[in-house]
Amino acid sequence: MMAGFEHRAVEAAAVRELRAEIEEFHYEYCAVLDAAEVERWPEFFTEDAVYRITARENADAGLPVGLVYAEGRAMLRDRAFAIARTQMFAPRYMLHLVSNVRVLAATQAGIRAVSNYILLQTLVDGPTTIHQAGRYYDRFRRVEGRLLLAERQCVYDTIIIANDLVYPV
Amino acid sequence: MPKETAPVDLKWPEEGLSVVPDWIYTSEEIYRREVERIFHGRTWNFVALEAEIPNPGDYKRSFVGPTPVVVSRDEDGAVHVFENRCAHRGAEFCRAQRGNAKEFICPYHQWSYDLKGNLQGIPFKRGVKKEGGMPADFRNEDHGLRKLAVTSHRGVVFASFAADMEPLADYLGPEIMADFEATFDGRKLRILGYYRNELPGNWKLYHENLKDPYHATLLHSYLVSFGLLVAGNKSLMLADKTGRHGTMASAKPDDVTASVDETSKKEMRAFREDMTLADPSFLDYVREFNSPWSVTMQTIWPNLIVQRELNTLGIRHIVPNGPHSMIMIWVMFGYEGDSEEMIRHRLKQGNLMGPSGFLGLEDNEAIKFVQEGIRRSPTDKGVVKLGGDTEGTCTTLISESAIRAMYRHYREVMSL
Repeated sequence: MMAGFEHRAVEAAAVRELRAEIEEFHYEYCAVLDAAEVERWPEFFTEDAVYRITARENADAGLPVGLVYAEGRAMLRDRAFAIARTQMFAPRYMLHLVSNVRVLAATQAGIRAVSNYILLQTLVDGPTTIHQAGRYYDRFRRVEGRLLLAERQCVYDTIIIANDLVYPV
Repeated sequence: MPKETAPVDLKWPEEGLSVVPDWIYTSEEIYRREVERIFHGRTWNFVALEAEIPNPGDYKRSFVGPTPVVVSRDEDGAVHVFENRCAHRGAEFCRAQRGNAKEFICPYHQWSYDLKGNLQGIPFKRGVKKEGGMPADFRNEDHGLRKLAVTSHRGVVFASFAADMEPLADYLGPEIMADFEATFDGRKLRILGYYRNELPGNWKLYHENLKDPYHATLLHSYLVSFGLLVAGNKSLMLADKTGRHGTMASAKPDDVTASVDETSKKEMRAFREDMTLADPSFLDYVREFNSPWSVTMQTIWPNLIVQRELNTLGIRHIVPNGPHSMIMIWVMFGYEGDSEEMIRHRLKQGNLMGPSGFLGLEDNEAIKFVQEGIRRSPTDKGVVKLGGDTEGTCTTLISESAIRAMYRHYREVMSL
């Protein structure tokens, strides 16, 4: 259990409504990444957002390191720019599948949810592989009526990464 | 014929150290000999940071070469390393990455071992109703886990299958030790977390990568564009006198923006005039080390990389996995006494390294490309002629002399 993501009582009708809204958010977010439009990726975050990708062994032990660790949308923009324009890596397709969306809490401070994800990777000379299986631990904030991520922790089970993880998750 | 299927005579080409034959990266026979003579031979192999196992009973699952071992701290605080292989039928009994135990019990037949690796108990040792059981002359003392020699310096634990290894200080030599002690400066470490990845390349390619300052100025746009490592910066590629260990070092100029002369810019395709950071604090350097270098990347033969890249610190533990693959275990750390702000600075700067790092992922890609290229082509050697026929330490980045020194040592140990 990630600290801060305990399940609190939320009214059933509100859960249904929020789940639909969060699913919609996931689909748009993943569509951008699956289309390799990585420079649009920071648009899904608040200005002060925290973003981290880390192994479950770190999350379980309370260790703070991230494969990617960003504080603030500026760092996300810097990463997006680097991946899109300057980094050297073999071409690849990425495909996200998101499911099991659970609304954990909905308060004035924000909406917390956890969802499962599968990240598929296809290199030009091999089969499609499961690159990561993990969970999104999300804290959303509503800004001008629209959900934005104030925090996203991508916690993956796939302990040994196949070479590298180029694109954000 | 591609090298995976071609027979090889294992004879180093006549050109000597100016070329490297591809079969050292592809041959099963060479890999077998490397494990025997290098990883299981006269070397100190990294196994753990003491901060990973601070308390009595703490243990860590680790590796010496490809061989699974357990690193354990006993009741008196001493660190022991033994094979992760039950003395009975060979089961790899320790399955958790880390933990705390009073004893180790093999789940198969419940043989139990103390924290030093000594055999403690065997169920039904005397049989049942005077039938079965071990022979009367069976002595537990003769059937403990195979123990390795252990040494620890400034909180870094090494082990060896050779019982009579020289002291670590002699093994590293004074210059490598000096840079090692700049990172492990006596402050206690605070573990920040782990990365693990499988790199589809021969393990020696990782050593070469960090003995090859030439690539750093060309491949990595981050280093180049932000003046972290630019041809012309104050830098050093140090090799110890045996050639096996190295330190790639550079000093970041105080000015964050790169001052790259026009001639160098033209040589470096990775240089980007338009590259600016929305959050430049990411590259701040807090001068906390007693060292003239802001970056040192140490290659400690045969399985350890010590990363001190500005303020992001970590070790990389190389686990060879056949000729075509290595597993890399990264342990990222700071120091006890770091402020929360300093920890966050280290974590942010950690975006440079690791399997998603701006430098790290490019190295992993490049090493994969090399392995795929050499594995599948009939052409059979690579060229390492930068810097002429010099071997060992060099002050220019545009040299492969540290790679040649490493292969001088390698050929001696491997009888090649």
